[in-house]
Amino acid sequence: MSELAAGRTARVRRRIVVTAVLAVLVVALFLVTLVVGDRIYGLPDVLGVVLGQDVPGASFTVGRLRMPRAIVALLVGAAFGMAGTLFQTMLRNPLASPDILGVGYGSSAAAVVAIGFFGAQGAVVSVVAVVAGLAVALLLYALSWRGGVQGARLVLIGIALGTVLLAVIQWVLTRTEVYKAAEALRWLSGSLSSAFWGDVPPLALAMLILTPAAFALSRRLSVLQLGDDAAAALGVKPDPTRLLIVVVAVGLISVATAAAGPVAFVAFLAGPIAARLLPGASLLAPAALVGAALVLAADLIGSNLLFTTIPVGVVTGAVGAPYLLWLVARSNRTGGRL
Amino acid sequence: MIAEQTTSTPAGSRGARPALHRRRLLTGLVLGLAALLVLALLSLVFGSRVVSWTEVVGGILDPAAGDFGQQAVATRVPRTALALLVGAALGVSGAVMQGITRNPLADPGLLGVNAGSALAVVIGIAFFAISSTSQYIWFALVGAAGAALLVYAVGSLGRAGATPLKLAVAGAATSAALVSLVSAVLLVRTDVFNVFRFWQVGGVGGADFGEMAPVLPFLALGVLLALLSAPGLDVLALGDDVARGLGGRVGGARVLAGLAAVLLSAGAVAVAGPIGFVGLVVPHAARVFTGPGHRWLLPYSALLGAVLLLGADVLGRVISRPTDIPVGIMTAVVGAPFFIWLIRRAKVREL
Repeated sequence: MSELAAGRTARVRRRIVVTAVLAVLVVALFLVTLVVGDRIYGLPDVLGVVLGQDVPGASFTVGRLRMPRAIVALLVGAAFGMAGTLFQTMLRNPLASPDILGVGYGSSAAAVVAIGFFGAQGAVVSVVAVVAGLAVALLLYALSWRGGVQGARLVLIGIALGTVLLAVIQWVLTRTEVYKAAEALRWLSGSLSSAFWGDVPPLALAMLILTPAAFALSRRLSVLQLGDDAAAALGVKPDPTRLLIVVVAVGLISVATAAAGPVAFVAFLAGPIAARLLPGASLLAPAALVGAALVLAADLIGSNLLFTTIPVGVVTGAVGAPYLLWLVARSNRTGGRL
Repeated sequence: MIAEQTTSTPAGSRGARPALHRRRLLTGLVLGLAALLVLALLSLVFGSRVVSWTEVVGGILDPAAGDFGQQAVATRVPRTALALLVGAALGVSGAVMQGITRNPLADPGLLGVNAGSALAVVIGIAFFAISSTSQYIWFALVGAAGAALLVYAVGSLGRAGATPLKLAVAGAATSAALVSLVSAVLLVRTDVFNVFRFWQVGGVGGADFGEMAPVLPFLALGVLLALLSAPGLDVLALGDDVARGLGGRVGGARVLAGLAAVLLSAGAVAVAGPIGFVGLVVPHAARVFTGPGHRWLLPYSALLGAVLLLGADVLGRVISRPTDIPVGIMTAVVGAPFFIWLIRRAKVREL
């Protein structure tokens, strides 16, 4: 008995320590993003700007350019991390993240149509992306419904829908002038280079609503992990819960995609990394932190460390791809579920 | 497994009621050929300019004539031929892949083979300045083979072997990874993007016989290998253990058939860009007429593949005149509902 209690205390302590370390890492990366750039400002200047003081030079560069970019990176990373973990946990499959299933392609296809055909910008693109993302998710859910939704069917139909939406995206890219298509491609690969203060309020507001919803659902989700019958006996209705999870996760994906484009593999990577750091725990908070850290770090690398500035999504894509294949191979070898 | 081949052995359906089987084969052949003929004629008639029958005849007999209608027909002849060729190649390739993997959801697009070709071709365009089909084909071949090996290796590790779900997820994952690498190249090189964006939708417009010629040997070799591997695929359909017990050489049959599938899909990609879902849909339609035996399934898949691709191309030209919707988009829009229907029909445990 005491051994059990001691084990639990150790787990709780580990959980607190790891979460705190991740939070510190995110704050550090956030500050580095503000400090580093074409011109480097000292930490006192940057902190002054953050606190609202008027610092010559730094107020514009840091306050107007780098700050919104860093905030968008933080929020987008957290949103992708949470959404990915919700999907992966619900479908019990590390590969079943929204970016691999093509759920995110709904937002992308709509945004590309809006940008390419109607010359839309800013808030209009965001609204269209969110609405279309939710519509595709509901369609996916309806198509997967056959007296209940089952993981394998959801995954496969998600792949099919993603393929069609990708075809639509590619078709739109052939129908516009090359500069518009190149703009759409930049957005499609996930980029923070056009983030400005106007992007922050809608993103922050959406996160303010969706984050508590995600945490509330994650508790019900852990009951669902016991199996549908057990969950029903404990008062959690399996199918409505799954539908709500899909809606919240896709909502997170869509608002993040609208702000920065589909940043590759963040939704997919955040959950498994968090799971390695904290095995057996509820992953939502650590995954959000890992996602934020990933996007901030990738944006730092993409905009400062390489010979040319490249979009954040290309960096996460290049890191994510090998890890993805390793994960597929490994989960198979250990007999893990796929 | 969803497909019929697990429930009835190849010999079973042929041996039990030979007369019925023969009648079905004949029905399929007649229907397929009739559809092919009608669609080929429609393909010559429809386009941004609809021509008369006399112009069709004139265009075929005398392509160099000055008449606009005849010239339009003359450009549609290679397009029609290309659609037939690519459709047949994709149909056989899909049937072979479904046979090797014993997986009713196998398709060059879904298994990431097309994405592998696309990455190799974009690298070729960007860094090796390739610009013609005879150069695309080698890059497409390397990319397709690499992606096919990777997806199959990754998807078939583990205890249960290559289940449909594992292969499909491994294929989607690999595609996602490869597509992101493709974007990485295209973002830096707008000039390459301007070429590539038209190639990647998959289309048969603007075809000419000179561009098609270099691919023909690859497709011919692919078809030959596919037909040679038909008995091996029939044995594989019984499952690895039974196949080995019957003295079948499982590994050899897989390699031969895999080579055929890669040659066919790479050839199709090189000349027409990545076109999805044809390889998925066609073998299922062909099995209605032929049953599961590969000796008949492969040629019928070629026939129905040609019918499907040509039909999709004609439809794409008709519904948005005077422009056309590329055939790769049309097959995705037509094929995805079929795919979803297949999945919904199957019992969950069988996935």
